[in-house]
Amino acid sequence: MENPRELKYTKEHEWIRIEQDIGIVGITDFAQKQLTDIVFVELPEKGKRVEQGKQIATIESVKSVSDVFSPVSGEVLEVNNELGEKPEIINQDPYGKGWIVKLKIENKEEIERLMSAEEYENFLKEHK
Amino acid sequence: MPDLKKTPLYDLHLKLGARIIEFGGWLMPVSYTSIIEEHNTTRNKAGLFDVSHMGEILVEGERAHDFLQKMVTRDISKFDCNKSFYCCLCNPMGGVIDDLFVYKFNDKKFMLVVNASNVDKDFGWLMKNKDFFDDVTIINISNNIAKIDLQGPFSEQIINDSFDFDFSLLKRFDFIEKFFFNENFVISRTGYTAEDGFEIYFNSGRAIDVWNRLLKCGKDLGLKPVGLGARDTLRIEACYSLYGHELNENINPFEAGIGFVVDFSKDFIGKEALLEAKRDLKRIVVPFELLDKAIPRFNYDVFKNNRKIGLVTSGTFSPTFKKPIGLAILDIAEADVGSLIEIKIRGELHKAKIVERPFYKYKGKLNK
Repeated sequence: MENPRELKYTKEHEWIRIEQDIGIVGITDFAQKQLTDIVFVELPEKGKRVEQGKQIATIESVKSVSDVFSPVSGEVLEVNNELGEKPEIINQDPYGKGWIVKLKIENKEEIERLMSAEEYENFLKEHK
Repeated sequence: MPDLKKTPLYDLHLKLGARIIEFGGWLMPVSYTSIIEEHNTTRNKAGLFDVSHMGEILVEGERAHDFLQKMVTRDISKFDCNKSFYCCLCNPMGGVIDDLFVYKFNDKKFMLVVNASNVDKDFGWLMKNKDFFDDVTIINISNNIAKIDLQGPFSEQIINDSFDFDFSLLKRFDFIEKFFFNENFVISRTGYTAEDGFEIYFNSGRAIDVWNRLLKCGKDLGLKPVGLGARDTLRIEACYSLYGHELNENINPFEAGIGFVVDFSKDFIGKEALLEAKRDLKRIVVPFELLDKAIPRFNYDVFKNNRKIGLVTSGTFSPTFKKPIGLAILDIAEADVGSLIEIKIRGELHKAKIVERPFYKYKGKLNK
């Protein structure tokens, strides 16, 4: 699976899709492959404020638990409720139906700290 | 730091796309596609497991029978030739040195199949205790033996096809020793999944051939390779112990819930301590299911009424029952079936219920 070019990426393997003031957040294909069999997702409350780099959700797979960190600071607008019934969507479609939260972006300058798809791919190569 | 060990099938696993982890000094496949998928394939069709990292120890000699009677908890004389059985090696305090299968060829020849992590320890323990048994030889053949498990409802069909032999008469726990493809094989109707299945032991030089042949013959029936991840979910559903979790040198077989492997009808190392332990059992391993959406894991604390009553020994998400399940060692007073307990998972208490063993009953060929 290719890492979509229009997204921004973090070192903790999250992605963010920017649509004006809104950021849609999920985990990358690399991350879902590491976890495999996702069985539970702990989602934040709507309205919760998060900081860039701080924990926003938790993903539990058969073998491990992993925190999801917010790529930017902001307020949680929406969470993907489908993940309650079918958490495996994250494994199947990590960049699409497997989105996790929608945020109202607080500070657009924070986006500059994130990586492009190419930068993320280099990062993966270096850290293998 | 010694190099990590690889089975003869390591490169094949990589080609099949396996995710590799380190387990007991070995590089092993944890899954090929997904743990849940491999688990379900084993329950519904058949799964193929490379477990060549396990240990095999040959014990032979005029008095091999008497020597092993002294060493293992179970009464060997109760078993016929070509039968295998589950038992423990205990220390003088009754703690478990290893859980293992003994394959009885005859009274003078036995093969012990032991945990990968305990091979050297078990071999050392046997050697240390063979003082007056000069005629007995103990040989660690682990490095020469490959072991492949074939488990699942289609196992018999697949193995019959692969070996061109009728395995239907082999009952559970029976084994045969026979030449196939110019090579000596030991094949038992045993396994670690609670499905019908076979464990196949042979010279490791032929591992790739045998693995590929089984995969080929099983292809149309849906046989797939299965990694250690699903091996764990399968055995937890069956409530089978894993050494280092339900068993260790400070846990005796009664505490582990496997008292049936202890025969007081003969002498063996640990007998006195176990007589006492059985009389005054203080804790026991029980199965439980979570009533909540969180996974219990090894060494998580177990509470009841705000008091810690034990520890989780194994935990996972059950692909068959689609809920978190596990095993825990608890104070015996709190270990009743139906009891509500709480598991501390990442700082929060989650409700759970003690249930009867096993979650998943053996589905194979009963030995009747």
